[in-house]
Amino acid sequence: MTEGISQAERPQVLEEKTGDLFNKFDAVIHTRQTLLDGGVEDPFGLVMEKVLSPTRAICNGRDTILLGTYNYMGMTFDPDVIAAGKRALDEFGSGTTGSRVLNGTYAGHRDVERALREFYAMDHAMVFSTGYQANLGIISTIAGKGDYIVLDIDSHASIWDGCALGNAEVVPFKHNDIEAMDKRLGRIPEGAGKLVILEGVYSMLGDIAPLKEMIAVAKRHGAMVLVDEAHSMGFIGPNGRGVAEDQGVLDQVDLVIGTFSKSVGTVGGFCVSNHPKFEILRLVCRPYVFTASLPPSVVATAATSIRKLMHSGAKRAHLWENSKRLHGGLKALGFTLGTEVPQSAIVAVIMPDLERGAMMWEALLKEGLYVNLARPPATPAGMTLLRCSLCAEHSSEEVETILGMFERAGKAVGII
Amino acid sequence: MDRAAVDDRIRSLIEPFNKKGAPIEDAATFAGDLEFDSLTVMDFVAAIEDEFDIIISMNQQAEIENYGNLVDAVHKLIAE
Repeated sequence: MTEGISQAERPQVLEEKTGDLFNKFDAVIHTRQTLLDGGVEDPFGLVMEKVLSPTRAICNGRDTILLGTYNYMGMTFDPDVIAAGKRALDEFGSGTTGSRVLNGTYAGHRDVERALREFYAMDHAMVFSTGYQANLGIISTIAGKGDYIVLDIDSHASIWDGCALGNAEVVPFKHNDIEAMDKRLGRIPEGAGKLVILEGVYSMLGDIAPLKEMIAVAKRHGAMVLVDEAHSMGFIGPNGRGVAEDQGVLDQVDLVIGTFSKSVGTVGGFCVSNHPKFEILRLVCRPYVFTASLPPSVVATAATSIRKLMHSGAKRAHLWENSKRLHGGLKALGFTLGTEVPQSAIVAVIMPDLERGAMMWEALLKEGLYVNLARPPATPAGMTLLRCSLCAEHSSEEVETILGMFERAGKAVGII
Repeated sequence: MDRAAVDDRIRSLIEPFNKKGAPIEDAATFAGDLEFDSLTVMDFVAAIEDEFDIIISMNQQAEIENYGNLVDAVHKLIAE
Protein backbone atom coordinates (compact mmCIF):
# COMPACT_ATOMS: atom_id res chain seq x y z
CA MET A 1 0.00 0.00 0.00
CA THR A 2 2.79 2.35 0.95
CA GLU A 3 4.68 1.65 -2.24
CA GLY A 4 1.49 2.13 -4.23
CA ILE A 5 1.00 5.61 -2.82
CA SER A 6 4.57 6.68 -3.50
CA GLN A 7 4.52 5.27 -7.05
CA ALA A 8 1.28 6.92 -8.00
CA GLU A 9 2.49 10.29 -6.79
CA ARG A 10 5.91 10.01 -8.36
CA PRO A 11 6.38 12.45 -11.21
CA GLN A 12 7.74 10.95 -14.41
CA VAL A 13 10.78 12.38 -16.08
CA LEU A 14 9.59 13.72 -19.38
CA GLU A 15 11.50 14.99 -22.32
CA GLU A 16 11.87 18.73 -22.40
CA LYS A 17 9.96 20.57 -25.10
CA THR A 18 10.68 24.20 -25.84
CA GLY A 19 7.76 26.43 -25.10
CA ASP A 20 6.38 24.03 -22.45
CA LEU A 21 5.22 26.34 -19.66
CA PHE A 22 5.91 23.55 -17.16
CA ASN A 23 9.68 23.69 -17.79
CA LYS A 24 10.00 26.29 -15.04
CA PHE A 25 9.18 23.57 -12.48
CA ASP A 26 12.05 21.30 -13.54
CA ALA A 27 14.22 22.19 -10.54
CA VAL A 28 11.43 21.29 -8.11
CA ILE A 29 10.65 18.10 -10.03
CA HIS A 30 14.33 17.16 -9.84
CA THR A 31 14.62 17.81 -6.06
CA ARG A 32 11.51 15.74 -5.42
CA GLN A 33 12.69 12.92 -7.67
CA THR A 34 16.05 12.76 -5.93
CA LEU A 35 14.36 12.61 -2.55
CA LEU A 36 12.01 9.79 -3.60
CA ASP A 37 14.79 7.88 -5.39
CA GLY A 38 16.53 7.71 -2.02
CA GLY A 39 13.68 5.39 -1.05
CA VAL A 40 11.87 7.52 1.54
CA GLU A 41 8.11 7.69 1.78
CA ASP A 42 6.80 10.82 0.09
CA PRO A 43 6.57 13.42 2.89
CA PHE A 44 4.12 15.46 0.82
CA GLY A 45 1.85 12.61 -0.21
CA LEU A 46 0.65 11.26 3.12
CA VAL A 47 -2.91 9.97 3.25
CA MET A 48 -4.93 9.66 6.45
CA GLU A 49 -7.19 6.70 5.78
CA LYS A 50 -9.03 6.98 9.06
CA VAL A 51 -9.07 9.70 11.71
CA LEU A 52 -9.65 8.24 15.15
CA SER A 53 -9.49 11.41 17.28
CA PRO A 54 -7.85 14.87 17.22
CA THR A 55 -4.56 13.16 18.08
CA ARG A 56 -4.72 9.77 16.33
CA ALA A 57 -5.18 8.55 12.76
CA ILE A 58 -4.39 5.64 10.45
CA CYS A 59 -1.73 7.10 8.12
CA ASN A 60 -0.40 5.08 5.17
CA GLY A 61 -1.81 2.00 6.91
CA ARG A 62 -0.30 2.70 10.37
CA ASP A 63 -1.85 3.73 13.68
CA THR A 64 -0.22 7.13 14.16
CA ILE A 65 -0.05 9.84 16.81
CA LEU A 66 -0.68 13.19 15.16
CA LEU A 67 1.88 15.83 16.11
CA GLY A 68 1.67 17.86 12.94
CA THR A 69 -1.85 19.26 12.77
CA TYR A 70 -3.11 22.70 13.75
CA ASN A 71 -5.83 21.15 15.86
CA TYR A 72 -4.38 22.94 18.91
CA MET A 73 -7.51 22.80 21.04
CA GLY A 74 -8.74 19.42 19.80
CA MET A 75 -12.17 20.70 18.79
CA THR A 76 -12.63 18.56 15.66
CA PHE A 77 -14.42 15.73 17.48
CA ASP A 78 -16.13 17.79 20.17
CA PRO A 79 -19.67 16.33 20.48
CA ASP A 80 -21.38 19.74 20.63
CA VAL A 81 -19.47 20.92 17.57
CA ILE A 82 -20.37 17.79 15.60
CA ALA A 83 -24.03 18.01 16.64
CA ALA A 84 -24.24 21.65 15.52
CA GLY A 85 -22.78 20.71 12.12
CA LYS A 86 -25.21 17.82 11.62
CA ARG A 87 -28.17 19.98 12.58
CA ALA A 88 -27.13 22.69 10.11
CA LEU A 89 -26.68 20.11 7.34
CA ASP A 90 -30.23 18.87 7.95
CA GLU A 91 -31.79 22.30 8.26
CA PHE A 92 -29.83 24.38 5.75
CA GLY A 93 -28.41 21.86 3.27
CA SER A 94 -24.91 21.06 2.08
CA GLY A 95 -23.87 24.42 0.63
CA THR A 96 -24.94 27.97 -0.12
CA THR A 97 -23.97 28.09 -3.82
CA GLY A 98 -23.44 31.82 -3.62
CA SER A 99 -21.53 34.87 -2.51
CA ARG A 100 -21.94 36.42 0.92
CA VAL A 101 -23.29 39.58 -0.73
CA LEU A 102 -25.90 37.76 -2.83
CA ASN A 103 -27.58 34.52 -1.77
CA GLY A 104 -24.79 33.19 0.44
CA THR A 105 -25.49 34.77 3.82
CA TYR A 106 -27.55 32.41 5.99
CA ALA A 107 -28.48 32.81 9.65
CA GLY A 108 -25.39 30.71 10.48
CA HIS A 109 -23.00 33.15 8.80
CA ARG A 110 -24.45 35.99 10.84
CA ASP A 111 -24.23 33.84 13.97
CA VAL A 112 -20.59 32.90 13.54
CA GLU A 113 -19.73 36.59 13.07
CA ARG A 114 -21.64 37.29 16.30
CA ALA A 115 -19.62 34.53 18.02
CA LEU A 116 -16.40 36.18 16.84
CA ARG A 117 -17.48 39.60 18.12
CA GLU A 118 -18.22 38.00 21.49
CA PHE A 119 -14.93 36.10 21.50
CA TYR A 120 -12.81 39.19 20.77
CA ALA A 121 -15.13 41.75 22.39
CA MET A 122 -14.90 43.80 19.18
CA ASP A 123 -17.46 45.68 17.12
CA HIS A 124 -17.08 44.03 13.72
CA ALA A 125 -16.36 40.60 12.30
CA MET A 126 -16.21 39.48 8.69
CA VAL A 127 -15.94 35.81 7.73
CA PHE A 128 -14.11 34.63 4.62
CA SER A 129 -14.09 31.18 3.05
CA THR A 130 -10.50 30.51 4.16
CA GLY A 131 -7.83 32.18 6.28
CA TYR A 132 -5.74 32.60 3.14
CA GLN A 133 -8.55 34.61 1.57
CA ALA A 134 -8.94 36.74 4.70
CA ASN A 135 -5.35 37.97 4.37
CA LEU A 136 -5.58 38.18 0.59
CA GLY A 137 -8.78 40.21 0.78
CA ILE A 138 -8.11 42.56 3.65
CA ILE A 139 -4.52 43.44 2.73
CA SER A 140 -5.09 43.92 -1.01
CA THR A 141 -8.21 46.01 -0.39
CA ILE A 142 -7.10 48.41 2.34
CA ALA A 143 -3.55 49.09 1.11
CA GLY A 144 -3.85 50.66 -2.34
CA LYS A 145 -1.70 52.56 -4.82
CA GLY A 146 0.61 55.03 -3.06
CA ASP A 147 0.20 53.35 0.34
CA TYR A 148 3.04 51.49 2.05
CA ILE A 149 2.94 48.04 3.61
CA VAL A 150 5.71 47.41 6.14
CA LEU A 151 5.90 43.73 7.05
CA ASP A 152 8.05 41.08 8.68
CA ILE A 153 10.15 39.14 6.15
CA ASP A 154 8.97 35.83 7.66
CA SER A 155 5.30 36.59 6.98
CA HIS A 156 3.00 33.79 5.85
CA ALA A 157 2.45 33.20 2.12
CA SER A 158 -1.13 34.51 2.35
CA ILE A 159 0.20 37.86 3.59
CA TRP A 160 2.74 38.10 0.75
CA ASP A 161 0.04 37.14 -1.73
CA GLY A 162 -2.25 39.82 -0.29
CA CYS A 163 0.56 42.33 -0.90
CA ALA A 164 1.07 41.02 -4.43
CA LEU A 165 -2.62 41.27 -5.26
CA GLY A 166 -2.78 44.93 -4.21
CA ASN A 167 -0.96 47.95 -5.55
CA ALA A 168 0.79 49.25 -2.43
CA GLU A 169 4.56 49.64 -2.05
CA VAL A 170 5.80 46.61 -0.11
CA VAL A 171 8.65 47.10 2.36
CA PRO A 172 9.86 44.07 4.35
CA PHE A 173 12.06 44.19 7.45
CA LYS A 174 14.19 41.59 9.22
CA HIS A 175 12.22 39.14 11.36
CA ASN A 176 11.07 40.62 14.68
CA ASP A 177 13.60 43.47 14.31
CA ILE A 178 12.00 46.50 15.97
CA GLU A 179 14.73 48.93 14.92
CA ALA A 180 14.64 47.81 11.27
CA MET A 181 10.86 48.32 11.26
CA ASP A 182 11.20 51.72 12.92
CA LYS A 183 13.76 52.90 10.34
CA ARG A 184 11.64 51.84 7.38
CA LEU A 185 8.53 53.51 8.74
CA GLY A 186 10.54 56.69 9.25
CA ARG A 187 11.58 56.77 5.58
CA ILE A 188 8.08 56.59 4.14
CA PRO A 189 7.11 59.82 2.35
CA GLU A 190 4.97 62.16 4.38
CA GLY A 191 1.25 61.78 3.88
CA ALA A 192 1.40 58.23 2.50
CA GLY A 193 -0.89 55.62 4.09
CA LYS A 194 0.96 53.02 6.17
CA LEU A 195 -0.02 49.48 7.12
CA VAL A 196 2.19 47.42 9.43
CA ILE A 197 1.60 43.66 9.19
CA LEU A 198 2.74 41.37 12.00
CA GLU A 199 1.95 37.86 13.18
CA GLY A 200 1.37 36.80 16.77
CA VAL A 201 3.04 33.41 16.36
CA TYR A 202 5.32 32.71 13.38
CA SER A 203 4.39 29.19 12.43
CA MET A 204 7.68 27.88 11.11
CA LEU A 205 9.78 28.24 14.25
CA GLY A 206 6.87 28.75 16.66
CA ASP A 207 8.29 32.01 17.99
CA ILE A 208 6.16 34.99 18.97
CA ALA A 209 6.50 38.68 18.05
CA PRO A 210 7.29 41.47 20.54
CA LEU A 211 3.95 43.00 19.61
CA LYS A 212 3.86 45.46 22.49
CA GLU A 213 7.05 47.19 21.38
CA MET A 214 6.39 46.86 17.66
CA ILE A 215 2.84 48.19 17.83
CA ALA A 216 4.02 51.18 19.89
CA VAL A 217 6.56 51.99 17.15
CA ALA A 218 3.96 51.56 14.41
CA LYS A 219 1.53 53.88 16.20
CA ARG A 220 4.24 56.48 16.75
CA HIS A 221 4.63 56.61 12.96
CA GLY A 222 0.87 56.88 12.49
CA ALA A 223 0.56 53.44 10.85
CA MET A 224 -2.44 51.14 11.00
CA VAL A 225 -1.66 47.69 12.39
CA LEU A 226 -2.84 44.29 11.19
CA VAL A 227 -1.94 41.24 13.28
CA ASP A 228 -2.41 37.69 12.04
CA GLU A 229 -3.24 35.57 15.09
CA ALA A 230 -3.89 32.33 13.19
CA HIS A 231 -1.60 30.21 15.38
CA SER A 232 -2.44 31.80 18.72
CA MET A 233 -6.23 32.08 18.68
CA GLY A 234 -7.87 29.84 21.25
CA PHE A 235 -4.63 29.14 23.07
CA ILE A 236 -2.51 32.23 23.86
CA GLY A 237 -3.82 35.06 26.03
CA PRO A 238 -6.09 34.95 29.10
CA ASN A 239 -9.18 34.61 26.85
CA GLY A 240 -7.41 32.90 23.98
CA ARG A 241 -7.56 36.03 21.84
CA GLY A 242 -3.91 35.76 20.89
CA VAL A 243 -0.47 37.23 21.48
CA ALA A 244 -1.72 40.84 21.31
CA GLU A 245 -4.13 40.10 24.16
CA ASP A 246 -1.38 38.33 26.10
CA GLN A 247 0.88 41.39 25.79
CA GLY A 248 -1.97 43.76 26.67
CA VAL A 249 -2.10 45.59 23.33
CA LEU A 250 -5.14 44.11 21.58
CA ASP A 251 -6.90 47.48 21.81
CA GLN A 252 -4.07 49.00 19.72
CA VAL A 253 -4.55 46.54 16.85
CA ASP A 254 -6.69 47.89 14.01
CA LEU A 255 -7.33 44.56 12.31
CA VAL A 256 -6.98 41.01 13.64
CA ILE A 257 -6.85 38.21 11.07
CA GLY A 258 -7.63 34.66 12.10
CA THR A 259 -8.72 31.29 10.85
CA PHE A 260 -11.18 28.52 11.66
CA SER A 261 -8.76 25.87 10.42
CA LYS A 262 -6.58 25.75 13.51
CA SER A 263 -7.93 25.93 17.09
CA VAL A 264 -11.52 26.32 15.88
CA GLY A 265 -11.21 22.99 14.06
CA THR A 266 -12.94 23.52 10.72
CA VAL A 267 -12.18 25.83 7.79
CA GLY A 268 -12.71 29.52 7.11
CA GLY A 269 -11.03 32.84 7.82
CA PHE A 270 -11.98 36.09 9.47
CA CYS A 271 -11.09 39.65 10.28
CA VAL A 272 -12.26 41.41 13.45
CA SER A 273 -11.95 45.14 14.05
CA ASN A 274 -13.29 48.15 15.88
CA HIS A 275 -12.84 50.43 12.88
CA PRO A 276 -16.03 52.48 12.42
CA LYS A 277 -15.99 52.08 8.63
CA PHE A 278 -15.18 48.36 8.70
CA GLU A 279 -18.48 47.09 7.27
CA ILE A 280 -17.87 48.74 3.88
CA LEU A 281 -15.22 46.07 3.22
CA ARG A 282 -18.06 43.63 2.51
CA LEU A 283 -18.77 45.52 -0.71
CA VAL A 284 -15.25 46.36 -1.88
CA CYS A 285 -13.20 43.31 -0.94
CA ARG A 286 -13.00 41.06 -3.98
CA PRO A 287 -11.85 37.80 -2.31
CA TYR A 288 -14.93 38.21 -0.07
CA VAL A 289 -17.40 39.09 -2.82
CA PHE A 290 -16.36 36.86 -5.70
CA THR A 291 -16.43 33.45 -4.05
CA ALA A 292 -19.04 31.19 -2.52
CA SER A 293 -19.65 31.48 1.21
CA LEU A 294 -18.86 28.69 3.65
CA PRO A 295 -21.30 25.74 3.88
CA PRO A 296 -23.90 26.03 6.68
CA SER A 297 -22.44 23.04 8.54
CA VAL A 298 -19.01 24.71 8.61
CA VAL A 299 -20.22 28.00 10.07
CA ALA A 300 -22.37 26.13 12.61
CA THR A 301 -19.42 24.04 13.82
CA ALA A 302 -17.22 27.16 13.90
CA ALA A 303 -19.71 29.18 15.97
CA THR A 304 -20.14 26.36 18.48
CA SER A 305 -16.41 25.80 18.73
CA ILE A 306 -15.60 29.52 19.15
CA ARG A 307 -18.11 29.87 21.99
CA LYS A 308 -16.65 26.81 23.73
CA LEU A 309 -13.12 28.19 23.30
CA MET A 310 -14.14 31.23 25.37
CA HIS A 311 -14.30 28.96 28.41
CA SER A 312 -11.37 26.64 27.80
CA GLY A 313 -8.89 27.85 30.41
CA ALA A 314 -8.15 24.31 31.66
CA LYS A 315 -7.41 23.07 28.14
CA ARG A 316 -5.13 26.05 27.51
CA ALA A 317 -3.21 25.24 30.71
CA HIS A 318 -2.79 21.58 29.69
CA LEU A 319 -1.61 22.57 26.21
CA TRP A 320 1.06 24.83 27.78
CA GLU A 321 2.19 21.89 29.93
CA ASN A 322 2.45 19.70 26.82
CA SER A 323 4.42 22.34 24.94
CA LYS A 324 6.84 22.85 27.82
CA ARG A 325 7.37 19.11 28.35
CA LEU A 326 7.96 18.37 24.66
CA HIS A 327 10.30 21.34 24.25
CA GLY A 328 12.27 20.50 27.38
CA GLY A 329 12.40 16.79 26.55
CA LEU A 330 13.61 17.27 22.97
CA LYS A 331 16.23 19.75 24.10
CA ALA A 332 17.48 17.32 26.75
CA LEU A 333 17.75 14.62 24.05
CA GLY A 334 20.11 16.90 22.15
CA PHE A 335 17.89 18.15 19.32
CA THR A 336 18.31 21.70 18.01
CA LEU A 337 15.06 23.61 18.40
CA GLY A 338 13.65 26.72 16.75
CA THR A 339 13.27 28.62 20.02
CA GLU A 340 15.29 28.69 23.26
CA VAL A 341 12.11 28.40 25.33
CA PRO A 342 8.63 27.22 24.32
CA GLN A 343 6.62 30.22 23.11
CA SER A 344 3.60 28.58 21.47
CA ALA A 345 2.09 25.16 20.70
CA ILE A 346 4.65 24.74 17.91
CA VAL A 347 8.01 23.14 18.63
CA ALA A 348 10.27 23.21 15.57
CA VAL A 349 13.13 20.69 15.41
CA ILE A 350 15.88 21.91 13.09
CA MET A 351 17.27 19.28 10.74
CA PRO A 352 20.81 19.42 9.31
CA ASP A 353 19.52 19.16 5.70
CA LEU A 354 16.53 18.09 3.61
CA GLU A 355 17.86 14.57 3.06
CA ARG A 356 18.29 13.77 6.76
CA GLY A 357 15.11 15.68 7.54
CA ALA A 358 13.19 13.38 5.20
CA MET A 359 14.91 10.31 6.72
CA MET A 360 14.02 11.44 10.21
CA TRP A 361 10.46 12.20 9.12
CA GLU A 362 10.11 8.71 7.71
CA ALA A 363 11.70 7.07 10.77
CA LEU A 364 9.18 8.88 12.98
CA LEU A 365 6.30 7.84 10.74
CA LYS A 366 7.42 4.22 11.05
CA GLU A 367 7.51 4.68 14.82
CA GLY A 368 3.89 5.81 14.54
CA LEU A 369 4.32 9.59 14.77
CA TYR A 370 3.29 12.21 12.23
CA VAL A 371 5.04 15.59 12.23
CA ASN A 372 5.27 18.24 9.47
CA LEU A 373 8.34 18.23 7.29
CA ALA A 374 8.82 21.89 6.41
CA ARG A 375 11.39 23.04 3.89
CA PRO A 376 12.23 26.07 1.78
CA PRO A 377 10.59 28.22 0.52
CA ALA A 378 8.11 27.90 3.42
CA THR A 379 10.91 28.02 6.01
CA PRO A 380 13.21 30.92 6.89
CA ALA A 381 16.94 30.83 6.17
CA GLY A 382 16.65 27.75 3.96
CA MET A 383 16.08 25.52 6.96
CA THR A 384 14.58 22.04 6.96
CA LEU A 385 12.33 21.60 9.97
CA LEU A 386 10.37 18.85 11.64
CA ARG A 387 7.57 20.92 12.97
CA CYS A 388 5.68 19.54 15.93
CA SER A 389 2.39 21.11 16.86
CA LEU A 390 0.77 20.00 20.07
CA CYS A 391 -2.87 19.50 20.90
CA ALA A 392 -4.69 20.07 24.18
CA GLU A 393 -5.97 16.50 23.74
CA HIS A 394 -2.49 14.96 23.80
CA SER A 395 -2.25 13.26 27.18
CA SER A 396 0.86 13.71 29.30
CA GLU A 397 1.61 10.00 28.68
CA GLU A 398 1.37 10.56 24.93
CA VAL A 399 3.97 13.32 25.14
CA GLU A 400 6.33 10.87 26.90
CA THR A 401 5.65 8.28 24.16
CA ILE A 402 6.44 10.94 21.54
CA LEU A 403 9.78 11.74 23.22
CA GLY A 404 10.68 8.04 23.15
CA MET A 405 9.91 7.91 19.43
CA PHE A 406 12.10 10.95 18.78
CA GLU A 407 14.96 9.42 20.74
CA ARG A 408 14.90 6.13 18.80
CA ALA A 409 14.42 7.79 15.39
CA GLY A 410 17.05 10.45 16.09
CA LYS A 411 19.63 7.83 17.04
CA ALA A 412 18.77 5.60 14.07
CA VAL A 413 19.21 8.48 11.62
CA GLY A 414 22.29 9.79 13.46
CA ILE A 415 20.97 13.22 14.29
CA ILE A 416 21.47 12.90 18.06
CA MET B 1 25.66 62.82 -5.47
CA ASP B 2 26.57 61.69 -9.00
CA ARG B 3 26.23 58.16 -10.33
CA ALA B 4 29.95 57.41 -9.93
CA ALA B 5 29.84 58.33 -6.23
CA VAL B 6 26.77 56.13 -5.70
CA ASP B 7 28.56 53.31 -7.52
CA ASP B 8 31.60 53.72 -5.23
CA ARG B 9 29.57 53.51 -2.05
CA ILE B 10 27.51 50.51 -3.20
CA ARG B 11 30.71 48.80 -4.36
CA SER B 12 32.13 48.98 -0.85
CA LEU B 13 28.82 47.85 0.67
CA ILE B 14 28.57 44.80 -1.56
CA GLU B 15 31.98 43.42 -0.57
CA PRO B 16 30.97 41.41 2.54
CA PHE B 17 28.03 39.93 0.59
CA ASN B 18 30.09 38.97 -2.44
CA LYS B 19 31.45 35.79 -0.87
CA LYS B 20 32.28 34.31 -4.26
CA GLY B 21 34.41 37.32 -5.12
CA ALA B 22 32.60 37.63 -8.44
CA PRO B 23 33.57 40.64 -10.59
CA ILE B 24 31.21 43.57 -9.97
CA GLU B 25 30.18 44.86 -13.36
CA ASP B 26 27.05 46.69 -14.41
CA ALA B 27 25.79 43.56 -16.17
CA ALA B 28 26.39 41.26 -13.14
CA THR B 29 23.07 39.73 -12.07
CA PHE B 30 22.35 39.22 -8.37
CA ALA B 31 20.66 35.82 -8.60
CA GLY B 32 22.91 34.48 -11.35
CA ASP B 33 26.43 35.95 -11.39
CA LEU B 34 26.62 36.91 -7.70
CA GLU B 35 24.57 33.91 -6.47
CA PHE B 36 22.66 35.96 -3.89
CA ASP B 37 19.89 33.99 -2.22
CA SER B 38 16.77 35.72 -0.92
CA LEU B 39 18.25 36.22 2.57
CA THR B 40 21.41 37.78 1.20
CA VAL B 41 19.31 40.06 -0.97
CA MET B 42 17.33 41.18 2.08
CA ASP B 43 20.43 41.95 4.14
CA PHE B 44 22.14 43.67 1.22
CA VAL B 45 19.09 45.80 0.44
CA ALA B 46 18.82 46.73 4.13
CA ALA B 47 22.49 47.80 4.12
CA ILE B 48 21.93 50.05 1.10
CA GLU B 49 18.73 51.48 2.55
CA ASP B 50 20.53 52.37 5.78
CA GLU B 51 23.54 53.84 3.96
CA PHE B 52 21.47 56.17 1.77
CA ASP B 53 18.47 56.56 4.09
CA ILE B 54 16.05 55.41 1.39
CA ILE B 55 13.41 52.73 0.86
CA ILE B 56 13.82 50.25 -1.99
CA SER B 57 10.40 48.59 -1.96
CA MET B 58 9.82 45.04 -3.21
CA ASN B 59 8.03 46.61 -6.17
CA GLN B 60 11.20 48.53 -7.06
CA GLN B 61 13.44 45.52 -6.35
CA ALA B 62 11.48 43.52 -8.93
CA GLU B 63 12.81 45.91 -11.61
CA ILE B 64 16.44 45.52 -10.51
CA GLU B 65 18.16 42.56 -12.10
CA ASN B 66 21.78 43.53 -12.27
CA TYR B 67 24.30 45.74 -10.52
CA GLY B 68 23.91 48.58 -13.05
CA ASN B 69 20.13 48.65 -12.50
CA LEU B 70 20.72 48.93 -8.75
CA VAL B 71 23.12 51.86 -9.04
CA ASP B 72 20.68 53.62 -11.38
CA ALA B 73 17.76 53.01 -9.03
CA VAL B 74 19.61 54.29 -5.94
CA HIS B 75 20.93 57.28 -7.87
CA LYS B 76 17.38 58.12 -8.90
CA LEU B 77 15.97 57.57 -5.39
CA ILE B 78 18.41 59.92 -3.66
CA ALA B 79 17.81 62.57 -6.34
CA GLU B 80 14.07 62.55 -5.54
